[in-house]
Amino acid sequence: MSDTGEPILVVKDLVKHFPLTQGIVFQRTVGHVQAVDGVNLELYPGETMGLVGESGCGKSTVSKLIMGLEKPTSGQILFEGKDVAAMSRRELRRYRRQVQIVFQDPYASLNPRMTVGNIVAEPWDIHPDVVPRKERPRRVRELLDLVGLNPDYANRYPHQFSGGQRQRIGVARALALRPSVLVCDEPVSALDVSVQAQVMNLLEDLQDELGLSYLFIAHDLSVVRHLSDRVAVMYLGRIVESGTHADVYDQPAHPYTQALLSAVPVHEPALRGAKERIVLTGDVPSPADPPSGCRFRTRCWKAQQICVDQDPALVDRGQGHPSACHFAESVEIVHTD
Amino acid sequence: MSQTLTTPDISGAAGAPVLEVNDLHVEFRTPHGLVRAVNGITYSVRPGETLAILGESGSGKSVSVQAVMGILDSPPGFVTGGSILFHGQDMLTMPAAQQRVIRGPGIAMVFQDALSSLNPVFSVGHQIGEMYRAHQGASRREAKAKAIELMERVRIPAARERVNDYPHQFSGGMRQRVMIAMALALDPEILIADEPTTALDVTVQAQIMELLNDLQRDTGMGLILITHDLGVVNEVADRVAVMYAGKIVESGTIDEVFTAPTHPYTAGLMSSVPQAETKGTRLQPIKGQPPNLAAIPPGCSFHPRCPHARIGSAAAADQDCAGDVPELREVRPARMAACHYSEEIFGE
Repeated sequence: MSDTGEPILVVKDLVKHFPLTQGIVFQRTVGHVQAVDGVNLELYPGETMGLVGESGCGKSTVSKLIMGLEKPTSGQILFEGKDVAAMSRRELRRYRRQVQIVFQDPYASLNPRMTVGNIVAEPWDIHPDVVPRKERPRRVRELLDLVGLNPDYANRYPHQFSGGQRQRIGVARALALRPSVLVCDEPVSALDVSVQAQVMNLLEDLQDELGLSYLFIAHDLSVVRHLSDRVAVMYLGRIVESGTHADVYDQPAHPYTQALLSAVPVHEPALRGAKERIVLTGDVPSPADPPSGCRFRTRCWKAQQICVDQDPALVDRGQGHPSACHFAESVEIVHTD
Repeated sequence: MSQTLTTPDISGAAGAPVLEVNDLHVEFRTPHGLVRAVNGITYSVRPGETLAILGESGSGKSVSVQAVMGILDSPPGFVTGGSILFHGQDMLTMPAAQQRVIRGPGIAMVFQDALSSLNPVFSVGHQIGEMYRAHQGASRREAKAKAIELMERVRIPAARERVNDYPHQFSGGMRQRVMIAMALALDPEILIADEPTTALDVTVQAQIMELLNDLQRDTGMGLILITHDLGVVNEVADRVAVMYAGKIVESGTIDEVFTAPTHPYTAGLMSSVPQAETKGTRLQPIKGQPPNLAAIPPGCSFHPRCPHARIGSAAAADQDCAGDVPELREVRPARMAACHYSEEIFGE
């Protein structure tokens, strides 16, 4: 997509540390979980930015910070050039309208005691000016139709729907306020393969139709590759590599990205074994006590003394896109899945 | 379905099947009606071979192996037909005590969710050692020594120090290794792995699949891998059986099924998966939703979602997709598919 123009959403040096406490009445802080530690992102109008990482890398915390569900420890979130933290009440109201979220779990994120029509219409209780009261029933039907559900289902309850249909309801609710940015936090990972493809197609169609920008957060590399224009790879609270979809998937420079891509199972029988597999040893370190220097060094086969001493910055090291590794070296990946 | 439908020997694996499941039926009698979870499935596993059972949620893949393990929730679940032969002996006709003697050391299982499958109040060493104490009457000291040995075999670092740790002190991948260690304790001939890597990250998944592969090569056990992930199936399995609505709709070797599916459902699954070359194009998903097992469509259970379904006057005699149940039959040499029109759709 076009990189021309101003980014609609900018995340600058975002940090979120959760305190670890001990004691019941007099809680003492004994440490911090460094969930997000200096993340920078830019989202341009009409594009899809993919954020990939394994569980515990902080990608969901990033989405919560953007949505204002958590307060950042430091750093800024800029929407259309304005710092969200410094916004007036009126501006904040507009921001919350413009940026909407689709959650991972279509079972937990819909109120079981509300009808689908009420769920989709609920955002208008807070923002009544978006759709006049009289228009609402008609608009609910339009929204349900837009996400591929029968408009006559507006009086049904969530339990009467399957997982894929519920996810469509979640999308309809997110679209009710006509947002410009949709944060999709693992929107298809709870769905079966055949249904997952339906929801991915829906998200693509909606983007074409409504010109939405997506921040697409997922752990599934193939899903992110399919949908994203640009991709950022997160590890332990930091972005280790970012670039266009082709940069990251075809010429990854960071060892973690390379290992992650190599671990994706191959779908073609003929190509089984064709891919050189990098099996990482060990587990992701605890974000409460991350390693010094490069956070990936404890599992990295390239690690040397400099990796212990110096934190590698996320800059272009001659590969045409930024990566956070002292020994960045792009590797051509022949796709086998 | 009859005995003739036993999957032909196409794996090249040596020897007679260790485990044979014939025409197995399982149903759940619930207050909301009868749920037919497994409707006549037949498969066999030989020593050293890996059979993958591939299916989406609600296809009956887990229930079918729960019946084999004898851990079906009963009631409401009942095995209502078929046989499960272990070395030729039908386990379903045996008294429960005898079943345990055979299953205990013969067939082991690894579950998806290692955290809820392990007891949080006992150390992992205790839980692994329990296998030896219960089945071989080992002393506590012997059991612990063997537990350490097993933990080393599944590559848990610092096994000697970690043997007294509790499940919550391990990461997801390490917990799954503990589960595998428990399953391997009595040298089973068949290991059933029910979505062993679904809850794990992709880098850890690669570690666990490599471990299972190595262990299988060392021990020569048969492996039944239950999964919904087509990539995992392709990486490790020799043969695959694709399940839909409680039935096997297609089976054959991985290479053949994945390169040239002969059932519309398998073909639909393949085209639903985003791949490198599908970037920028629309995926071709299967329309609709998987069926409710309490109300399986008549005829071919896939027909409401099938782009090739022929119904009424469009169908040949006795081959109405909405009325005549397609039998699992050999559509190509060593390839089984349950579709009336497989040859016409996919060629000979």
